[in-house]
Amino acid sequence: MARITKEEVLHVARLARLELSDDDVAKFQEQLSDILEAVSKVSELDLSDVPPTAHPLEIANAWAEDVPHDCLPLDDVFANAPDRDGDYFRTPPA
Amino acid sequence: MTTAWEPVIGLEIHVQLKTETKMFCRCRNGFGGEPNSQTCPVCLAFPGALPVPNRRAIEETIKLGLALDCAIAERAVFHRKNYFYPDNPKAYQISQYDEPLCAGGHLDVPTGDGVTRIGITRAHLEEDAAKNVHVAASGRIHGATATLVDFNRCGTPLVEIVTEPDLHDAETAKRFLQLLRQTVVELGLSDAELEHGSMRFDVNVSVRPAGSDELRTRTELKNMNSFNFAAKGIEREIARQVRIYEEGGVVDQETLHFDPAHEESPPMRSKEEAQDYRYFPEPDLVPVEPGAELVERLRGEIVELPGGRITRIAETLSFYDADVLVTGGLDRLWVAVVDAGADPKDAANVLANQFVATGIDPGAVGAGELAKLVSARAEIPRAAFDEALAKVGEPDFSADPYLAQKVVADTAELDPIIERIIEANPGQAGQYRSGKHGLLGFFVGQVMKETGGSADPRVVNERVRALLG
Amino acid sequence: MTVDTLRLSAEEANRLVTDGEVSSDELYRAYLDAIGERDPELHAFLYVCENDPGAGIPIAIKDVIGTRGIPTTAGSKILESYIPVYDATVIANCRKRGLRVIGKTNTDEFAMGSSTENSAFGPSHNPWDPSRVPGGSGGGSAAAVSAGLAPWALGSDTGGSIKQPAALCGHVGLRPTYGTVSRYGVVAFASSLDQVGPVARNVRDCAFLYSVISGRDEHDSTTVDVPEVELPTAEDLKGLRIGVPKEMNGVDGIEPGVSAAVHKALELAESLGATVEECSLPRSVDYGVACYYVVSPAEASANLARYDGVRFGLRDDGADFREMVMKTRDAGFGDEPKRRIMVGTYALSSGYYDAYYRTAQKVRTVIKREHDELFERFDVLVSPTSPTVAFPIGAKIDDPVAMYMNDVLTIPSCMAGLPGLNIPCGLSEGLPVGLQLIGPQFGENTIFRAAHALEQAIGFDVVPERLR
Repeated sequence: MARITKEEVLHVARLARLELSDDDVAKFQEQLSDILEAVSKVSELDLSDVPPTAHPLEIANAWAEDVPHDCLPLDDVFANAPDRDGDYFRTPPA
Repeated sequence: MTTAWEPVIGLEIHVQLKTETKMFCRCRNGFGGEPNSQTCPVCLAFPGALPVPNRRAIEETIKLGLALDCAIAERAVFHRKNYFYPDNPKAYQISQYDEPLCAGGHLDVPTGDGVTRIGITRAHLEEDAAKNVHVAASGRIHGATATLVDFNRCGTPLVEIVTEPDLHDAETAKRFLQLLRQTVVELGLSDAELEHGSMRFDVNVSVRPAGSDELRTRTELKNMNSFNFAAKGIEREIARQVRIYEEGGVVDQETLHFDPAHEESPPMRSKEEAQDYRYFPEPDLVPVEPGAELVERLRGEIVELPGGRITRIAETLSFYDADVLVTGGLDRLWVAVVDAGADPKDAANVLANQFVATGIDPGAVGAGELAKLVSARAEIPRAAFDEALAKVGEPDFSADPYLAQKVVADTAELDPIIERIIEANPGQAGQYRSGKHGLLGFFVGQVMKETGGSADPRVVNERVRALLG
Repeated sequence: MTVDTLRLSAEEANRLVTDGEVSSDELYRAYLDAIGERDPELHAFLYVCENDPGAGIPIAIKDVIGTRGIPTTAGSKILESYIPVYDATVIANCRKRGLRVIGKTNTDEFAMGSSTENSAFGPSHNPWDPSRVPGGSGGGSAAAVSAGLAPWALGSDTGGSIKQPAALCGHVGLRPTYGTVSRYGVVAFASSLDQVGPVARNVRDCAFLYSVISGRDEHDSTTVDVPEVELPTAEDLKGLRIGVPKEMNGVDGIEPGVSAAVHKALELAESLGATVEECSLPRSVDYGVACYYVVSPAEASANLARYDGVRFGLRDDGADFREMVMKTRDAGFGDEPKRRIMVGTYALSSGYYDAYYRTAQKVRTVIKREHDELFERFDVLVSPTSPTVAFPIGAKIDDPVAMYMNDVLTIPSCMAGLPGLNIPCGLSEGLPVGLQLIGPQFGENTIFRAAHALEQAIGFDVVPERLR
């Protein structure tokens, strides 16, 4: 189950929007295989009666009232913006 | 055409809730602000920001689910839906996956042939994306473009409603959408304006041989911004698919992007890459467990909804009249006018035709006075009736002065007037007698003018005919 | 008066100021001087403030915690020039008490690591032996506190990032019960595991700092109300039931010197009145690391997806949005975040979700249940914090899986959301050995009481020998 193929590395890199060089792909293929082999240990246990834990705390219904707060001033909104165009964030075309 | 084909239509509708604040932060929720003026670290997805759910949005989603007869989850969970796009700043949308707030309901759509029940698979709560504006960068020779992003809309609470593929014609799909929209508006959840995007919908269309229950490849229709446009688009797509099958071809799974500015243009087609959204439970949020008490309180806040009212009123009036009154927002007034003593059909007639043309807010009308007007309609001059109706929304309106103007129907009073007019117009009289019966209107008009509009037009009509011979 | 920052606890530093012996500014400057003197060798700090408002004593902040107007890099090139426009809640809490930020400390990139060698800006060095790692991911805060560059610090712990550096550098660090300290404003790594915690020279300072930062926060819906913190005073352990999980004590992989120091401390605990009994966590230790390295990368893969060059941080050019994002992330992330993002993406992807992520979340339930059972019989569980003392810089960097095993003893209780505290309990080969006390949910007061008494009895000198 655990050795990852080159195609899978590329697929996962694509899903995660990481552009990898050919050297990187080879290196990560090796390392990811080792990691996946180690972590696939989780499937050794019999877990048929065990529910998954999404939260360490068993709480529910944490919410807030529908009352507005002050929004950020534009200077703060754009303080770290790589490319600001007027009052918009600009990116290369999507 | 040798085979009969049955269209199979499903809808996916998104409704923006008009809460004061966004779904996961307390920025003001609303359309039309200066770009990026309604934002904070949370909806901008700055490092370290965390979502906090809007309680009112959760309650309103439950209410909508109840209005659609859904089962409300005992435990509902938010999930992350992961994908990259400039309008999705966390690169995941907080949505719901396999534990939605509402599931397994229906909306009954009254039609002239009875009620069609459309299954609602689920209704869940999620956040809206930001707005991308695609522009041409200035100074570039080859028309290179950029994308500008405004995050004001990002994080608006959005209810997604998915129907079962229970629709089989474009007209019913349109009626479903109209009824859903009216239901949502009457519940006070949303303005559901298609032009503002506070209600949006996508349509899935496929066809199959009539009588079979197979589900063939469907295409997705996106970006139609009116119900009429949608009905036409659906019909064209049905026809296209039928043509393909009849020519022995195969329908591709595609998405058709319509241009809302040009209804007649053919849509752009795209085969969207199968996306792997990698849903997993949102670890920054805890589950929602509504509890029976909350659900019952919300259920108690729902008054009779439009679909139910159409069906009920159609027991008294025709379906058509019931439909016009309810969808026109006139039925509450109709009920009040009938309760005040007017005849149901006459009241319906007046409301659906003349009243609606005045543009008066039904809520401003004193039902008792309107009832009097409706009942006296045949007895007062047309002009008086119209004048009264135009003022019926004014505070302290009274019908009495208008009712006092009786229509003159006494032939003893009318005949001499008619005879005088006939005598005064020998030419037209002669033409009428030799066959130009269209001139009847001329004489009737003259009599109405002579009597200042207070003659009963039916009686005038009769007597002019009689006296002209 | 010259302030000897090397030997000053936070409590003592605060008394100097409140008694008027030293002004807050003088104290601040004394720490700046210490930083100037010793940090070039240690590289504990990524950013040193010139000043910071407040009337109290300084505090160092791990660079994953957002500080308004002060650079916050998370140890990554992708945030190299990022300056937050808002304070994390824990920072706001510190400021309300007059604490003054003295600087941002080095961290493994996005808190991913156990040596601080994954920082994009170079590793930090252990004050006991600068050729060795200070631990990670919070090696910077640990080095700063041990070397007297700050009286205390805030760190963050996901799988051991506060406790393990505390063990390797010889001071006190608390990983709080999940949900007792706000994560708002803290660069997220693994949302269901991350907790901010105090890094201090002694247990009382640690407890006090915990009381400053803990409590329910309206900006973090995973936080809850917290029992009032009791500053420990008792010097005995009468009535304390200590459990010693056999899978975490004296097994292969734990250095003999480490085991010996912890064993000696347990004997001391008995002499102070505690009962010490062996117990078992049959599957938690064996499967903990695997479980952690599925769950945390999965959550991280989504938490790190917002670094796309649009609204903040590094941006690389691209002909279109997709290319820009891919180039930016390739240039901005180091190898460890990339590895974890890819493992996480894989574990969540279609076809693998059940086998990896969902299964790991079930293993998590098993781990929680095993711990809950033990806490019906015991008040605290004790083991070494780290299987080894500080290792040389570069020794494990080429073997990710070997590096992951540094956390084998701290991870299980993290998966269960339980609190754990490290105290130094002795030396091995001249380097500090850390002992961890793990408590039940909301059991911080029990841990503080036990740790304080033991700390007093052990009498470990937290000043690194070579600096004395």
